[in-house]
Amino acid sequence: MFARRVGKVLLYGVLLWQTGLVLYPLFIMVTTSFKTSFGIISDPFGWPRKVSFRGYGDVFSLVNFAVYYRNSILVTAASLIMILALSVLAAYGLSRFSFKGNRTVYFYILAGMMIPVRLAIVSLFHLFLNIGLFNNLLSLILIRAAMGIPFSVFIITGFFSELPKELGEAAEIDGCNSWRALLYVYLPLLRPAIATAAIFDFIPIWNDFYIPLIFIRSDHLKTLPLGIATFYGQFQTNWPAVFAALTMAVIPPLVFYVFLSRQFIKGLTSGAVKG
Amino acid sequence: MYGKKHLTPWLYLLPALVFYTVFLAYPVFGSMGMSLQKWNGLGPMTFVGLANFRRLFFQTPFDQRFYNALRNNVEFFFLTMLLQNGAALFLAVLLSQKIRFSGVFRTVFFAPFIISVLMVGYIWRLILNPVWGVLNRFLGIIHLSFMARPWLGDPAWALPVIAFVNAWQFIGMPIIMFLAGIEAIPEELYEAARIDGCNEWSMFQRVTLPLLVPVIGVVSILTLAGNFTSFSIIYAMEGTQAGPYYSTDVLGTLFYRTAFSSLSGAPPEMGLGAAIATVMFVIIALSTLGWFWVDMRRRSA
Repeated sequence: MFARRVGKVLLYGVLLWQTGLVLYPLFIMVTTSFKTSFGIISDPFGWPRKVSFRGYGDVFSLVNFAVYYRNSILVTAASLIMILALSVLAAYGLSRFSFKGNRTVYFYILAGMMIPVRLAIVSLFHLFLNIGLFNNLLSLILIRAAMGIPFSVFIITGFFSELPKELGEAAEIDGCNSWRALLYVYLPLLRPAIATAAIFDFIPIWNDFYIPLIFIRSDHLKTLPLGIATFYGQFQTNWPAVFAALTMAVIPPLVFYVFLSRQFIKGLTSGAVKG
Repeated sequence: MYGKKHLTPWLYLLPALVFYTVFLAYPVFGSMGMSLQKWNGLGPMTFVGLANFRRLFFQTPFDQRFYNALRNNVEFFFLTMLLQNGAALFLAVLLSQKIRFSGVFRTVFFAPFIISVLMVGYIWRLILNPVWGVLNRFLGIIHLSFMARPWLGDPAWALPVIAFVNAWQFIGMPIIMFLAGIEAIPEELYEAARIDGCNEWSMFQRVTLPLLVPVIGVVSILTLAGNFTSFSIIYAMEGTQAGPYYSTDVLGTLFYRTAFSSLSGAPPEMGLGAAIATVMFVIIALSTLGWFWVDMRRRSA
């Protein structure tokens, strides 16, 4: 009995240790943003003795932080809309029509889940230079849309195959063509699958640093991570401002995670296991 | 009428197919093709055959940088297997016991995943900073200041520390995958082992571990693919030069420096960069196929 007790204490001890290890750096991020440069030295560990908003002021006065934020929202929203629209259409074509090459096309698209886009970047650079979209937010949106398609097609096609075929057939008897059947009959039913795909793609797009680093040069086109990297390069020792920027950039994914963590983790792991 | 019906599915498929092909599928092969070219990113391209690979494998200084990055990358992989996946397996076993707040622990352990890799790098850069950081200060307070060091400036410690930070961020993923694997193991097997007089440790060794082999394989492959394309965490913590003295240089950072940055003085070399990307692709593809092969043989045996 005693041994069991000790075991339980050890078990919770380890789990709490890991919890602390995860949360403390995030706590440091938030508290540092409310400190002065002097406060970081004088009380490094805890909540600031004197709360300062200087860091937040600096972020907005020293760089185009609001513009970075707007660009991130724009790129994320546009990419998500494109991914979902294209994937719903493709999944509809794949799951509601039988035609020659159906399986081949499906596996061709699914193969994309295994491709790390970084290995394609040199060729993409060449492509965007040639079509005049280098240093243009569209380049980020187009690449992200292409990257998102495989997983979304996988999820939505899977969901389609669980819906009875008769639904669309009934609509077509009532005089709907296949397009109207998709729009009015299937689309409302597909909402859970669309949500799963959107949840899966939102955070990687919002956080992406690599693709903007390669394709964006102008300051007014930078997204948050790239903007923050520039800011860090210039004002590295202004830790309160750097951490104010980080804290503000984390808010959207954090809010999202607080409400949707269960669905997010599920979607992510299903993508990983089946990818 | 028949012809039109025949075309309909392709009309729905076309937009996605075009996007996916033009902006993802084709560029992967296009990059491999570019590894046979010489191109500085602006002017004309010249075909040079396998010259880029020859320089990468045999010609100084390129070969030094390449083998150094490759070695570091392998080390980074094994460090991640230990610090991230080993710890994740341990935590997953703990979480699979009947405990309270299991869901809360899972959610918390997964949380760092949602932060941009770059920002995670900056957060830890402050914590590890020799002047401002809390780690060395804390070691001082508990009278262990002999252990304090400039973590990111010490060639012996920089890569292990980065592997730790990387593990800190991504440990949630293997935890969830191991947990799913453990929960799929039938309870009867544990019952039987208990009747045979097994203690917790031997049950882990004889029941849990062997049945988790497929999950361990998938986690390892995902880790490998992640590590061999890593870039942002090293960029954030050590810059594009992957210091100190290239001790944290991996294929991803070497690729970026070669293809896109002229910081080292030389002009960007897209072809040579593409050759590095091709090597990365081959490593990831071969390991993945190798695992599938092993897994298939294991299943049929």
